[in-house]
Amino acid sequence: MKKRFQLNDVDCANCAAKMEEGIKKLPGVKDASISFMAQKLTIEAEEDQFDRILKAAQKIVRDIDEEASIQY
Amino acid sequence: MTNKQKKTLLRIIIAFVLFLLCVVLDHVLSFPGKWDALVKGVIFMVPYLMAGYDVVIKSVKNISKGHVFDENFLMTVATIGAYGTGEFSEAVAVMLFYQVGEWFQKYAVNRSRNSITDLMNIMPEYANLLRDGKLVQTDPYEVAVGDVIVVQPGEKIPLDGKVIEGEAFVDTAALTGESVPRKIAAGDEALSGCINQNGVLKIEVTREFDHSTVAKILELVENASTRKAKYEQFITRFAKYYTPVVCFLAVAVAVIPPLLMGAWGMWFHRALIFLVVSCPCALVISIPLSFFSGIGGASKAGILVKGSNFLELLGKAETIAFDKTGTLTKGVFRVVELAPAGITKEELLELAAYGEYYSNHPIAASVRQAYQKDVNAELLHDYKELSGMGISVVFHGRELLIGNQRLFAEKQIAVNSEPSDAGAGTILYIALEGVYQGRITIADEIKDGAVQAIKDIRACGMNQVVMLTGDKKDVAEQVAARLGIDTVMAELMPADKVAKVEELLAQKNPEKTVVFVGDGINDAPVLVRADIGIAMGAMGQDAAIEAADIVLVDDDPEKIATAYAIARKTVAIVKQNIVFALGVKILIMLLGAFGLAGMWAAVFADVGVAFLAILNATRALK
Repeated sequence: MKKRFQLNDVDCANCAAKMEEGIKKLPGVKDASISFMAQKLTIEAEEDQFDRILKAAQKIVRDIDEEASIQY
Repeated sequence: MTNKQKKTLLRIIIAFVLFLLCVVLDHVLSFPGKWDALVKGVIFMVPYLMAGYDVVIKSVKNISKGHVFDENFLMTVATIGAYGTGEFSEAVAVMLFYQVGEWFQKYAVNRSRNSITDLMNIMPEYANLLRDGKLVQTDPYEVAVGDVIVVQPGEKIPLDGKVIEGEAFVDTAALTGESVPRKIAAGDEALSGCINQNGVLKIEVTREFDHSTVAKILELVENASTRKAKYEQFITRFAKYYTPVVCFLAVAVAVIPPLLMGAWGMWFHRALIFLVVSCPCALVISIPLSFFSGIGGASKAGILVKGSNFLELLGKAETIAFDKTGTLTKGVFRVVELAPAGITKEELLELAAYGEYYSNHPIAASVRQAYQKDVNAELLHDYKELSGMGISVVFHGRELLIGNQRLFAEKQIAVNSEPSDAGAGTILYIALEGVYQGRITIADEIKDGAVQAIKDIRACGMNQVVMLTGDKKDVAEQVAARLGIDTVMAELMPADKVAKVEELLAQKNPEKTVVFVGDGINDAPVLVRADIGIAMGAMGQDAAIEAADIVLVDDDPEKIATAYAIARKTVAIVKQNIVFALGVKILIMLLGAFGLAGMWAAVFADVGVAFLAILNATRALK
């Protein structure tokens, strides 16, 4: 299933692209997409995987830009 | 401006003032020997750190995580490199410009994001819920289906529903882009997001807020930018390689020429220029911004595009296939011709209305609607439906026959078979006691803007216009001729339409795309199958919205040419931005390598490119 999350303070387009790439590579993620303009992250994965994936995704986001975060 | 942006701006200004001060000091003061460089180096450290301490800190953090090709790191290396070669003022200036550029980018992106969300300012804040005879201001989310709400003049209609009392002109501009207000009265559908201009409307809610027109539109537009266009994917992939390649070029410039001809210092300095232009941000940002603006501009016109990729595909459309009924025609049958033989038109219509009184067929409804007067059912006896042919009934004690050519051929009654002036349609022949009384032609009306819409579509360059319909061939051909459509595929079952679209897909130029336009009723599979499915007037029909790639809020076919023009413009802007931003960067690298451009020029050009690309991108909004 697909879920959408709000991103906070992602203010560099290239960073958003890097985050998207990193999240796409996480195990269990079928697809991921970040809209820099709308500050939205969409993740497609199995329902029971979301908790784990979100934690890992949050780490990736913070790693690339300290001030940025996923709101969930 | 956000608080963070204000703080950063203040910091940049202070750093700039300090920098100017240092430049003055640099000219005025001089110290003996080695001391000169050392003291001045320390002095310039103040504006440098003021301008770029965050960049330096981030670069240290990121390099410890192994992000070698991080913008912050590269900027730090470039400026410290300049510092190391004694170019203090240059180092500070580059850092300053870089920060100005970053600040401006964020500011511009924020602004255009806001201007697009402003466009979408259709979110109602409250609903006046009628409860026990009193009005209660409620959150639209809490209103249930079947509740009654009251909308006062000047208020937004918060939820979709049916008007049960009152009438008013409503402004639908926020939804449809159409500036002429529409009149709605009891019995009409009221769409959320419209603004009530003058009357008080009592509305029975038919959909929960989550499923309302407003919620759907907001959801579509917000999610549109997560479906990325090919250009966007290209540019993110490109950016991944761009930075490392530029960095290796920098190393090459720093090492290879001096190995051959010496002058290490000069080449090292030139190499730093490469690091300054190694950030791909201008490119990476301007592409999604262009698409976002295009999608925003389209939604302002009542055209909801479900993804950047669809805007891109629409720009390449070559073939467009229309469903007929409800798309090019109104889908409402109307009496278009009364051709009596020996009686008056009124008498003919009266006969038809009595004859069709018991029928449920849509044709019968249109006859009754044309008649308007009441029918005295007591005058009717022995009603019989003659399957596939028509109706026989005893009216005033006389046998009334009403039906098609087959019926009259069987009964051997001669009819007027001259073609009708009103165009093709369904013809009803009428006879009383075996004597022909005349005929009535019933047809679907062509929509007001349809002829112009087809003309505009051709003028835009979509050269193959096709009409698909389940109607009979002669009817379809007449409609097509009046609309100026050259290819007609008639007598199609819904499944045949999919097959026909597949044929069009197989025939097209692989670079081009096929568009299908339907009204969303029964044609969801076709909407899905075409490269781009456009559903018109589909608000409230979830299946059609789900199946379509582009949704027209109202059912005006002229919007298709508008959508196409927006798509073409957006793609053109995207291409301009790619060529322009890359061109300037390559030019600077060349000039830099030959010593014709300094770091100042490099950072200035880099920021300037980002600025112009952002400005260009926002053009797509208009």
